[in-house]
Amino acid sequence: MSAELGLAALWMSAALAILQLAGGAIAQRNPDAPLAALVRPAAILQGFLAVFSFAMLLWVFAITDLSVKLVATNSHSMKPMIFKLSGAWGNHEGSMLLWVTVMALAGALIAWLERRLPEKTMQATLASQGFVAIGFYAFLLLSSNPFERLATPAVEGSGLNPLLQDIGLAFHPPTLYMGYVGLSVAFSFAVGALLTRQVNPEFARVMRPWVLGAWVFLTLGITAGSYWAYYELGWGGWWFWDPVENASLMPWLAATALLHSASVLAARDALRVWTIMLGVVAFSMSMLGTFLVRSGILTSVHAFAVDPERGSFILALLCLYIGGALLLFALRAGSVSEGQRFALVSREGALVFNNVMLSAILGIVLLGTLYPILTEAFDVRVSVGPPYFNPVGAIFTIPMLAVMAVGPMLRWREDNIDRIKLPIAIVTVLVVTAALAIVLFTSDIGVLPLLGLAFAVGLGVASFMPLRGRNLLRVPLATWGMVISHFGIAVALLGMASESAFTDEKLVAVAPGEATQLSGFTITLESVDPIAGPNWTAMEAQITAQRGDGAPVVLNPQSRHFWAPVQQTTESALLTRWDGQLYAVVGAPSPDGRWQLRLWWKPLVTLIWYGGLLIALGGTLSIIGRLSSDIRRRQRLAREADERADMAALRVENGAAPAGGAA
Amino acid sequence: MRWTLWVPLMLFAFFVGVAGYQLFQPKDEFIPSTMIGQALPEFELPAASETRPGVTTADFKDGKSKLLNIWASWCLPCIAEAPHLESLKEEGVEIIGVAIRDKREDVDEFLATHGNPYSRIGADEISAVQLEIGSSGVPETFVIDGEGNIIHQHIGDVRARDVQRLLEILEDAS
Repeated sequence: MSAELGLAALWMSAALAILQLAGGAIAQRNPDAPLAALVRPAAILQGFLAVFSFAMLLWVFAITDLSVKLVATNSHSMKPMIFKLSGAWGNHEGSMLLWVTVMALAGALIAWLERRLPEKTMQATLASQGFVAIGFYAFLLLSSNPFERLATPAVEGSGLNPLLQDIGLAFHPPTLYMGYVGLSVAFSFAVGALLTRQVNPEFARVMRPWVLGAWVFLTLGITAGSYWAYYELGWGGWWFWDPVENASLMPWLAATALLHSASVLAARDALRVWTIMLGVVAFSMSMLGTFLVRSGILTSVHAFAVDPERGSFILALLCLYIGGALLLFALRAGSVSEGQRFALVSREGALVFNNVMLSAILGIVLLGTLYPILTEAFDVRVSVGPPYFNPVGAIFTIPMLAVMAVGPMLRWREDNIDRIKLPIAIVTVLVVTAALAIVLFTSDIGVLPLLGLAFAVGLGVASFMPLRGRNLLRVPLATWGMVISHFGIAVALLGMASESAFTDEKLVAVAPGEATQLSGFTITLESVDPIAGPNWTAMEAQITAQRGDGAPVVLNPQSRHFWAPVQQTTESALLTRWDGQLYAVVGAPSPDGRWQLRLWWKPLVTLIWYGGLLIALGGTLSIIGRLSSDIRRRQRLAREADERADMAALRVENGAAPAGGAA
Repeated sequence: MRWTLWVPLMLFAFFVGVAGYQLFQPKDEFIPSTMIGQALPEFELPAASETRPGVTTADFKDGKSKLLNIWASWCLPCIAEAPHLESLKEEGVEIIGVAIRDKREDVDEFLATHGNPYSRIGADEISAVQLEIGSSGVPETFVIDGEGNIIHQHIGDVRARDVQRLLEILEDAS
């Protein structure tokens, strides 16, 4: 019954999305039409029903209802509860339902909370949100029904891919989707603004917290995904330039650019067309990513069920939504004036420069991701990886980091470099000293890690410079947000550069009782014993790691054998110290009784993810700061209006005002 | 109207064109052997079964095109393709087998259960010949012309729909 309720709710949400589109469209011609008043309620109800539908899917997974095809193919009665639940989105249909649920929820939130824009623009925005949702409802209901029943219930489920039976999966996809699909709000705002030609600072101020919110989730989702891949896949790497990773990075780059250009629009009424363009591009990248992952057009480690029919369906949706939005952009953006001018050396100038750099990096990642599709059309198979992405991306990342260090110190509209030459000199000296010190004290370091380390030091210090000479208690929360996010970039960069420059790796075969050395650690294999988990058995190694004369610490990497479905996985064991992580993987036994151990010492590697968390924290502070200052501004305006009205009334009472005066 | 505003749409249209074209291309997951069009390497394999003699390169040079089937008794798809090899044999095709990493008694049992369409069966215990002719899995079937040149490679089991095509290729090869 639950599955049928979920399906019914899904159909009703789809119907409400149609109502939302129709109402919003009619409101553009006739704001007083009865349907126009239904747009907001339809969006809110749609959100409720979509959440209900998703809750029903969670429920059938929780009780392992094996008459539902999706449960039978992706779950198993023996799985721990948390993985039963996360199994709901560990597959194509369930994750598409999560996608539309987030989309409906985002629409419901703007319909319920957002009252700052002209009603006509809001209705156009909600119509656009409904329009995009309809396509994905159709996709779900017509070709990927998650609630499909089996004619005869399965006796037992076939289980979830063991790699996905991890606490990482419980959090990574939902956060990522909140960000990924949350960007649909920016898309709809951009379309709404284009339709009603209302591109102004107020529009940017309204859009900004929503984009920030999606961006914070996206940042957390990417950070969690990276850490998950790092410890779960057992390869010791944290980023592989896999098409699916790129699919999450591209919307992030576009959203980051969008945040900054929206700031320029909000503060200075410049970059109108560019901001609209980024609003469209950010969510387009999310949809493009969905297409790349689910159509099977690219080979990726994130293999979803590959199906050309689904691929064509999503491609058609892409044509409709991205193509439609870009067509609207081409037709309408010409009539949006460019807004205020500004000097090259100014806050806006720096933001524009970095916007161009971010867009260039986005273009590079996009090109690298799509290039294999292009060359395959000419029967040439290529694989694009780090040798392309790292150096080519760096060409634009390095100038961006330099401008990022200086930009926040510049004034709006026009500034003089002389005014901030002292901080620039300090940062430059820091970068050069750091680079020289690293070259002197290390041997054989690559150019990119070297630049990464030096710039991380410079940016780390520079990110706090906008605070100098200010009363820290009076610095606005949004400024703190910027400072912390920029510092987070420096921290993550330090981790990345340090990991790639100084990682020490060792592959050894040792018998129990034998020891080996790695980067100051004495690592002893004590024993290897079989152990049993809820739905797996494993060979668990008992390893002690001792650093210098310190106390030995026990590590337990495993080689796990799952029986539903049958698969072998390696569970790495990590020893975290303030200055890095020891990463241990146990491999296969050799006939002479020795075991393969793969060991890494990765200095400062954890900074990559702490940096990600700091970036997200900065974003969160900015949202709170922006919202509270916006509320204060509105209260002040309302109070002033009240006061003016009171004064006018007083004057009228006293008979002092001439007729038709101040009122 | 500024033409630059149309650039994103054009780029997107180009992407849709390429992606749409690619979507409807058959996904070929296999890498064909670079040995196609070349002569078989020299080899000499002992018999894998009591019932049939072993295989040497010279056996392929009698002027008649034939099939070289790489298989193993431990391979499940080989069971699936057995009836189709049988029907190829009934069409008058000579099939020479190479059993990969197999044991004599297992080969005999397989042939007794699933039929024996082979004129000769060589035992390739370390996959040496298999790798030399550019085959990476079992089963695979090669079309060899009368002079011992590799004409065609069929990766995976031979299914009902492949029989006619293999017959045509054999026809062309002779």
